[in-house]
Amino acid sequence: MMLARESLEKIDREIAKYPEGRKQSAVMEALAVAQDEKGFLSDEMIEFVAGLLGMAPISVREVVSFYAMYKHEAASSGKTRLTLCRSLPCRLSGADEIAETLKEKLGIDFGETTPDGRMTLVEGECMGACGDAPVALIDDKRMCCRLTREGVDALLREIG
Amino acid sequence: MAILGAIDPILTKDLDAGTSDVSDAWRCRAYVERGGYSALKKIISEKIPPARVIDELKKSALRGRGGAGFPTGLKWSFMPSDYDGDKYLICNSDEGEPGSFKDRDLLLLNPHAVIEGMVIGAYAMGVKRAYNYIHGEIPEACARFLEALDEARAAGFVGNDILGSGFCVEIFAHRGRGAYVCGEETAMLESLEGKKGQPRNKPPFPAASGLYGAPTTINNTETFAAVPFVVSMGADAYLAAGTPGNGGTKLFSVSGHVERPGNYEVPLGTPFGALLELAGGVRASRALKACIPGGTSAAVLPAEVMMNLTMDYDSISRAGSMLGSGAVIVLDETTCMVGALEAITYFYQRESCGQCSPCREGTRWMHRIVRRIENGEGRSGDLETLEDVARNISGRSICALGDAASAAVQGFLKHFRGEFAHHIERGQCLVPREVQREGCRLRERSSKATS
Repeated sequence: MMLARESLEKIDREIAKYPEGRKQSAVMEALAVAQDEKGFLSDEMIEFVAGLLGMAPISVREVVSFYAMYKHEAASSGKTRLTLCRSLPCRLSGADEIAETLKEKLGIDFGETTPDGRMTLVEGECMGACGDAPVALIDDKRMCCRLTREGVDALLREIG
Repeated sequence: MAILGAIDPILTKDLDAGTSDVSDAWRCRAYVERGGYSALKKIISEKIPPARVIDELKKSALRGRGGAGFPTGLKWSFMPSDYDGDKYLICNSDEGEPGSFKDRDLLLLNPHAVIEGMVIGAYAMGVKRAYNYIHGEIPEACARFLEALDEARAAGFVGNDILGSGFCVEIFAHRGRGAYVCGEETAMLESLEGKKGQPRNKPPFPAASGLYGAPTTINNTETFAAVPFVVSMGADAYLAAGTPGNGGTKLFSVSGHVERPGNYEVPLGTPFGALLELAGGVRASRALKACIPGGTSAAVLPAEVMMNLTMDYDSISRAGSMLGSGAVIVLDETTCMVGALEAITYFYQRESCGQCSPCREGTRWMHRIVRRIENGEGRSGDLETLEDVARNISGRSICALGDAASAAVQGFLKHFRGEFAHHIERGQCLVPREVQREGCRLRERSSKATS
């Protein structure tokens, strides 16, 4: 089986949110469920989700490549993904210095993964939380607010 | 997060009252104690006809809080009342405009106001199925909304036979996954249908052909949150809280170089200076240089213009910018305007969906030019090229993303052209880099300002 029963049940509940015959609407959440279980989306998984929802695999692939929060296996993906917001309000509150500090401490640039495969650093855009700038998202699940240079060490320890 | 301050609030009034624990103020019970769901109860018990609800909204001059400022009552009246098939209602919580962060707070702190507004909207437009499309980057707010939805369903405010009236509406959440353009209403419809979020041509407008080709209305989170208050206060009282043509209060998300970045609820028509003061003033008491009054899609305005404006749709529009979603980005004297525009153009070139060539290519060209000016590699003629590209994007794309990128560039060049020219001639900024960096450093959050 490509996905655990629990994940398949979650996807069924998602499908039920949409009208009869509109299973495709559940594709974004189905992909998220699959990514949560596996850590990334393989070509086989894309085919599998397409089959579940009665879609052409290419249509599912389009969704995966269009939305920033999906991790396709072709892209480098470390165990944890840290996405730092780079939009103007975060930059006005020091996001540039946080970016430099993170790159220095991890020894990688944006879009890269540490050699031990633990962390991928990603450049993100506005997360709708500029009052707490600068912000970063851990694995698209948890937001870190009001980051400071001094706080970067603690952050990396916590998620590393 | 919290609402950090307010002047005569409506949406966030008494948020910290009525419960022993402030962290429970979002709950259904606390909302009901504050008078929540009384608007829905009134409509049901007095059997107020849908058309009268819409008339009341029209009278209140409630305008869409997502950016365009379109009158809500008028939008609702576009939905066909004699249509037999399914109709849909969508709440747009896909807040991704740099500078805007009010929907996150509304969903966290007062989710039942959003839900009640959606139920009233569904009643007024004869809708049985509604979705809230929530920005993917705010998982906590989405979880809160879902929990509130369960409470509302259990209390009989959502679902079948609402308050024994026979009226039914089901509400669901749909999470975005990181695409700014999905905040555009037709891109959102595509996304809800399970496709990549590329905007549709208009017409047809969503009220004629929206989700699955059915009549659909899309409103912003804050707009829905305001609806119950319009109904319970009455249109006249709501209108009186703002200025003529700009009914009610508005949440302003104040970010950038201020002491206390955060959300503030003030009546429309409040002087900009008063809002700035509420946010603790400019960071470290430095001088204000400029302000982007409505998110990065709005044209930047210099301090001297901004300080003479009131925060409402008409005043900001007369000054050549727009109120947008109320995202006020404050830039102080340490700001390099070229660097600021570099961040903005970078955003648009990344977020362009790629459907229309002028936007896809133009946003990249604009960013490349601004970046080289910022890097001290600007060439003579760059500013003319930049203006030319901006002009040629404007009006030539399906949705407003291209227009927004263009307006941002034109605004910076209109008011700060000299600073760009200096960068090109000298290869460096008017503001020393260390000064810029110091300006961006956070300071300890000062204690709550009195107001």
